[in-house]
Amino acid sequence: MGFLEIRNATKSYGNVKVLHQVDISVEEGEFLVLVGPSGCGKSTLLNMIAGLEGISSGEIAIKGRVMNGVHPSKRNIAMVFQSYALYPNMTVGQNMTFGLEMHGVPKAERDKALRDVGKLLQIENLLDRKPGQLSGGQRQRVAMGRALVRNPDVFLFDEPLSNLDAKLRVDMRTEIKKLHEKLKTTIVYVTHDQIEAMTLSTRIAVMYQGYVQQLGTPKEIYDTPANVYVATFMGSPAMNVLPSRVVVKDGLPHAQITDAKGAEQLLKFSQPNLSDWDGRDILLGIRPESITDPDGADRNSRNIVPLRNLVGITEPAGADTFVAMSLGGKDIIARMRADANVVSGQDFDFAINMEKAVAFDPKTEERIKP
Amino acid sequence: MASVEQDTAVRTGGISRVFIYGILLIFMLFYMMPLFVMVANSLKPLHEITGGNMMALPQVWTLEPWRQAWSAAQIGVEPTGLKPYFLNSIFMVVPAVVISTILGALNGYVLTKWSFRGDKIIFGLLLFSCFIPFQIVLIPMATVLGKLGLAGSIPGLVLVHVVYGIGFSTLYFRNYYASFPTELVRAAMIDGAGFFRIFWRIMLPVSGPIIVVTVIWQFTNIWNDFLFGASFGGRNQPMTVALNNLVQSSTGVKEYNVHFAGAILAALPTLIVYIVAGRFFVRGLMAGSVKG
Repeated sequence: MGFLEIRNATKSYGNVKVLHQVDISVEEGEFLVLVGPSGCGKSTLLNMIAGLEGISSGEIAIKGRVMNGVHPSKRNIAMVFQSYALYPNMTVGQNMTFGLEMHGVPKAERDKALRDVGKLLQIENLLDRKPGQLSGGQRQRVAMGRALVRNPDVFLFDEPLSNLDAKLRVDMRTEIKKLHEKLKTTIVYVTHDQIEAMTLSTRIAVMYQGYVQQLGTPKEIYDTPANVYVATFMGSPAMNVLPSRVVVKDGLPHAQITDAKGAEQLLKFSQPNLSDWDGRDILLGIRPESITDPDGADRNSRNIVPLRNLVGITEPAGADTFVAMSLGGKDIIARMRADANVVSGQDFDFAINMEKAVAFDPKTEERIKP
Repeated sequence: MASVEQDTAVRTGGISRVFIYGILLIFMLFYMMPLFVMVANSLKPLHEITGGNMMALPQVWTLEPWRQAWSAAQIGVEPTGLKPYFLNSIFMVVPAVVISTILGALNGYVLTKWSFRGDKIIFGLLLFSCFIPFQIVLIPMATVLGKLGLAGSIPGLVLVHVVYGIGFSTLYFRNYYASFPTELVRAAMIDGAGFFRIFWRIMLPVSGPIIVVTVIWQFTNIWNDFLFGASFGGRNQPMTVALNNLVQSSTGVKEYNVHFAGAILAALPTLIVYIVAGRFFVRGLMAGSVKG
């Protein structure tokens, strides 16, 4: 029994079902990130937890109490909105204590809570200002402060960083993570940014077209994606997914792929049960960082496979050099060390870490489990 | 781009500038003319008007026509001046403006932030009421006022103007609140504020510009209304009807100077409202379109 239980929750508008049978159980202190492209239902789900939208069927329970039909203010939750939603006519201090005031908390207690949170977020000197006089980052802090003052059971964040510029976003991301580690609060966080999802969460729910595609720790999601959608959505640059065929040679399964010159090459799998797929087509998934120069290959891997292929173009990016090439009839990306000696238009010996490769059923696009 | 435009503006010098200001001056004089005639003639004795030039300044300055118009002139059969009718108008306009503005604000709030099934149709019907000509409702309205026992009374007139004003005030507030971020209302809901608390603490404090627009609009329309006042005023007729009775009286000498003074008195309140709140009016009308 989790701290926050979402059981078979669905949401429909008329005949349009926007959320299908969502089942998520969140433990106390967990940081759950709902991630997906716009229109996937993640914000709808968050609003259902908040009580801002009704639940068409199923249940949502917080601390064992079923919340269907309970007013948002009675759920002991706090929410940080994308636009921050600070009341423009009130000072920062009034903004932060408005909720407490509405719940009839005496003035002395309100002031104490305000001081504590102000100190925690380092916004004590802003308390008398109006939201219009604050910068984006300061507004973001105030919005979080308003949530913290309430000391709620669950924090809900609705894309809180998407209105900030790139640098500030990274800083605030770190701060949110620090805050979570310090306060050990339960957080549900919505974002479309997969890097935010990876860095912040203890668990991720990848959503697409109203379904939870996969629920798991960041490592599970990254290393063992449930299907092609999750594999390509998480990670930047995206995972390379290329058509291939399983060939059993010396009793071991290999992926047969066509290189840039049209020749067939064999890559040995680390997954023995793929022998069952002998002679059948699969989709082979290899992350860019699993295709490297031989010196940059993962030393801990037990299955580095060499591959000679024609280099398309190179994109030096400072820390890494990205190499584009054709493999299996698709354009794929490899991630080299910055000083790897790759030249476009020439052959190069790549090293592929097949231990990290995943195989998908081309019909269902589900991962073929080991 | 901007610098080019600026250059053109700077080069518009000399002759064309004189031309522009000349035209503007002519138009200003043209528009000020009626006011000048009214003020000048309201300050001279009657024989100067009948025996002389309407455009001339008074030879003998007097406030007597103003005193007459305010407290002594014959209105219908009573020599009361315009004073009691002026008060009638005030007692009618103030509650009617306040009530229709409050109802409009509440309607706008509900229609944008608490949307319900059929809210668009209701808004459409409310809008429709803006286009109904006054004359059509005279008879049904008279019946309703009679049944309510409000015929010929100031509360009756207040009711009529409130009913007529709701359409416009709702339109103004709905459009203003439509651009008000819904996330704020949601945040307040989570914070535990109820329907009226959100309205009072979150919405109203930022509604200044649109309140001014609505108040000016309603005040001018209701103050200047003649038809409803004449039809339903009974013995409590508003200023506009009294002014008509003063000016159109068929007995005795036409006291033009008193008429001029009375007309200015009748126009004064709307003039003051415009001068005091006019700059907010423009700001409010622009508020929806350009968001700072």
